[in-house]
Amino acid sequence: MTDDAPPKGHYGEGHDALERVREMTRWTPHGRALGIEVTKLDGARVWGRVPYKPELIGDPETGVVAGGVITTFLDQLSGMAAVLAMREPTTVATIDIRIDYMRGAEPGRDVLAEAHCYKIGRNVAFVRAVAFEDSAENPIAHAASAFMLNTQTKFGTNLRGKKT
Amino acid sequence: MSPQERLTTALARIPYANFLGVRAELKGDELTLILPYSEHLVGNPLLPALHGGVVGALMELTAITQLAIASKSDKFAKTIDIGVDFLRSGKPVDTYARARVVKIGRRIANVQAEAWQNERSQPIAAMHGHFLVAE
Repeated sequence: MTDDAPPKGHYGEGHDALERVREMTRWTPHGRALGIEVTKLDGARVWGRVPYKPELIGDPETGVVAGGVITTFLDQLSGMAAVLAMREPTTVATIDIRIDYMRGAEPGRDVLAEAHCYKIGRNVAFVRAVAFEDSAENPIAHAASAFMLNTQTKFGTNLRGKKT
Repeated sequence: MSPQERLTTALARIPYANFLGVRAELKGDELTLILPYSEHLVGNPLLPALHGGVVGALMELTAITQLAIASKSDKFAKTIDIGVDFLRSGKPVDTYARARVVKIGRRIANVQAEAWQNERSQPIAAMHGHFLVAE
């Protein structure tokens, strides 16, 4: 690990940390609807899975999973990596995500992914992620994203009505 | 079959579009996709806010459908890459999206899309992407 590697988060190490992060994932209704699962943690790296389900197909002729599912999965896992990199984990919001689709996912197979928060600042975290079936060497898609860290209470203020 | 019916049929054939609950409306050659609010689309139940991935998926669906209309094709183009900018949290209300085909080349098309909720002038997200129109 280099000096500028992201600090380890309060999620700690080992089984308990994984269980806590899994709970966090299940807390998201859309994550539950897709069946997104976190499988492994290591520092600011996180691994996950989204199961193959007929209702997530984007191309009925080939049975390939919709691009939107990959987008959501990579966004979710990348956000998780950002949270794991934080000294005092709070919620994060995606600023932007750029996704390159190298090929369609293989029909009938679960999609796996790995996300790594490679830089975290006071306000912003930067994350790279890759989706694949067997190995990151044969990717389905790559993602690069930036997240705003909820370090101020202002987060989500646009959800409240304008003050009169 | 009217263009509106053809479009509805094409979308109804996509299981993922049904999973999200997306509906389509066509005025002339301009398409609006409508994503009615549903609890299973929420990403953050505390705020609550729609999952960003869902908004991204809606704009991508809008882009490939608008592209099929613009290129008078029944086949959906393949996504090469997309960039999604999140501008505001998605509230637990209906979301709309429209796409503009910037350019269709021989193989690649460039498309921009925007998603909004109550006010068209207050977009919640923007997308730009490249799509493979022929192989």
